[in-house]
Amino acid sequence: MSLWPEEVRARAETVVSRYPERRSAVMPLLYLAMSVDGHLTDEGMEEVARWTEITPAQVRAVASFYTMYKRERTGRYLISCCTSISCMLLGSDDVLRAVEDESGVPHGETDEEGVLSVEHVECLGACGGAPAVQVNYELIEGVTPEKGRELVRWLKTARPAVVNTDEMQGLFGGARSFEWGIREEVGAVGPYPAFQPLGTVESEGSS
Amino acid sequence: MTLLLTKRMNDHPQSSHTIDVYEQTDGYSQARRSLQMSRDELVELVKESGLLGRGGAAFSAGLKWSFLAADRPAYLVVNADESEPGTFKDRQLLERDPHQLLEGVIIASFANEVNHAFIYVRGEYSKPARRVQDAVDEAYAAGYLGKGIFGSDYDLDVTVHLGGGAYICGEETALINSLEGLRGEPRLKPPYFPAVKGLYMKPTIVNNVETLANLPHVLALGAGGYRELAHETDTGTFMTSVSGHVNKPGNYELSHGITWRELIYDIAGGIRDGNELKAWIPGGASAPWFVPDRHLELDITKDATAAAGSMLGSGAVVVMDATTCMVAAAERIVRFFSHESCGQCTPCREGTTWLEMILRRIDEGQGREVDMGLLLDVSDGISVGLAWPPKMTTICPLGPSAVSPIKALQDYFRDEVMDHVRFGGCWKDRASRSSSAEKTEGDRQAARRSLPTTERGSGGRHPEMTA
Repeated sequence: MSLWPEEVRARAETVVSRYPERRSAVMPLLYLAMSVDGHLTDEGMEEVARWTEITPAQVRAVASFYTMYKRERTGRYLISCCTSISCMLLGSDDVLRAVEDESGVPHGETDEEGVLSVEHVECLGACGGAPAVQVNYELIEGVTPEKGRELVRWLKTARPAVVNTDEMQGLFGGARSFEWGIREEVGAVGPYPAFQPLGTVESEGSS
Repeated sequence: MTLLLTKRMNDHPQSSHTIDVYEQTDGYSQARRSLQMSRDELVELVKESGLLGRGGAAFSAGLKWSFLAADRPAYLVVNADESEPGTFKDRQLLERDPHQLLEGVIIASFANEVNHAFIYVRGEYSKPARRVQDAVDEAYAAGYLGKGIFGSDYDLDVTVHLGGGAYICGEETALINSLEGLRGEPRLKPPYFPAVKGLYMKPTIVNNVETLANLPHVLALGAGGYRELAHETDTGTFMTSVSGHVNKPGNYELSHGITWRELIYDIAGGIRDGNELKAWIPGGASAPWFVPDRHLELDITKDATAAAGSMLGSGAVVVMDATTCMVAAAERIVRFFSHESCGQCTPCREGTTWLEMILRRIDEGQGREVDMGLLLDVSDGISVGLAWPPKMTTICPLGPSAVSPIKALQDYFRDEVMDHVRFGGCWKDRASRSSSAEKTEGDRQAARRSLPTTERGSGGRHPEMTA
């Protein structure tokens, strides 16, 4: 018996078909499970085990290895502050503290409402635009402590259905690693990557 | 200055990622041409060109291909798991010219008799992954991927795979495990050389994004033409990501043969606020550090960097000015490796954790006279003799990489470490304490406590250890 709705099952079938062996689909399917439940639940991991024909323990072994599989309740907006060397040199610790202070959520935790989660993360590959912050893996570069506070207030009050990297960069960002002239019209809808094969990419204004 | 990899995105800033612009600018012509060549011709051409792997190891790409075992099916895996601190060049290549990568994928796949290639993009790179997936979809629609590509009888499928946020998956055997749906733990070599026993125990080529993006240019210029862009043994151009305390951080595609002074002061615009340069990391967080009085006039080449005891690695240059506390910088890099250690090998799992804790207590003003010796002792347990390139005690080079900042502290900044120990913390904190009377010791400790620590470390707790 599957817990996943019909459209997610169809998506899972397509994901599995992209690999020569079913087990290889475990990572994308874990994201799919997160998109169903908001984070990785025991039931979600059991469902992934059925799809990949391995045991739930084997799925859990994979899920626990990677930082992006959130096995605890996670907010609708996951704020990830990079604090690796290049960001640290340009004041990322102050950005993290400002985000924690404004949200009232210490890194590694989620607020009571389930709206915001805050974490500090290792290098996001945005070192030329340090300090870098991501919301649901959508990037903002050149963030100051004050802009970090504004980002928190915006997420709490505006509660965008889709978080878009270009919109957030315009509102809260500064210098970027490199110029990118094209505005993307899509974004992320939860604390997991927005990626076409997972069906997690939404246009702004939809949903 | 010749631009190869970034020419199209410079010329077409709004549209370099589309298949239309790619084809208008000669795109896919080399992939078509490669299908008329034999596997041996292609491997020989790439070998002749001197193209070196750009993921960090700087190994001859053609030679790597020539090791591919005869067993089939063979696989190509594109390593787009860019996560070495300081590195962001592949992100630009993925976002802004994804078809250039795909053309390289087609050439490499055909040369290695591969019918299924995987592009492993790090999970946090959701936008680059979307751009690559769009490009893959466009290429399928055009008949450049799928069955009988370009009207030939050659089939090629490409799957874009998202990682899960583990730096170690940039190590090729860990990446293969991850792609098989396992924990991303590196495999022992031998026997698990990817070219022999790789993905699904089949012959597998793992190439970095920048390496593959070079292939259309190698074919277009010919081995000789590509070699002509050389300085000593480095051929073609190279991408470098410059970050930290420079006025113009960013990705630069450069010709070989410039010096570090030219890179830092001319190309990257010099140090912010006219500050003095204190040190820089020449090739990503794993590389031993350079300092101005010894290394500023060196050529940026593989050999010159190796002779000076470091590496060009991932091409990432992290610049630190005179305001930087070297203990804090070293702690931050060691924390990275401690966090990213997969935990298989004891020297790395335990060693990086200890290095992080010892550095943190020095940084917090709780250091002891013996701590510098202790750091070296623990480092020696991970990387024997702190030699470069490292003498390995571990399956992969992650553990030894964590030792690079310790070696820098020992070689260049020992006085600064001992100053932390003797005066109970950082000179920067002492300076700000004397200037702001209202800041109490309690405030300072409260600020310290909220500093991020790794989840599995013991935070600021002191290791019970005596020398």
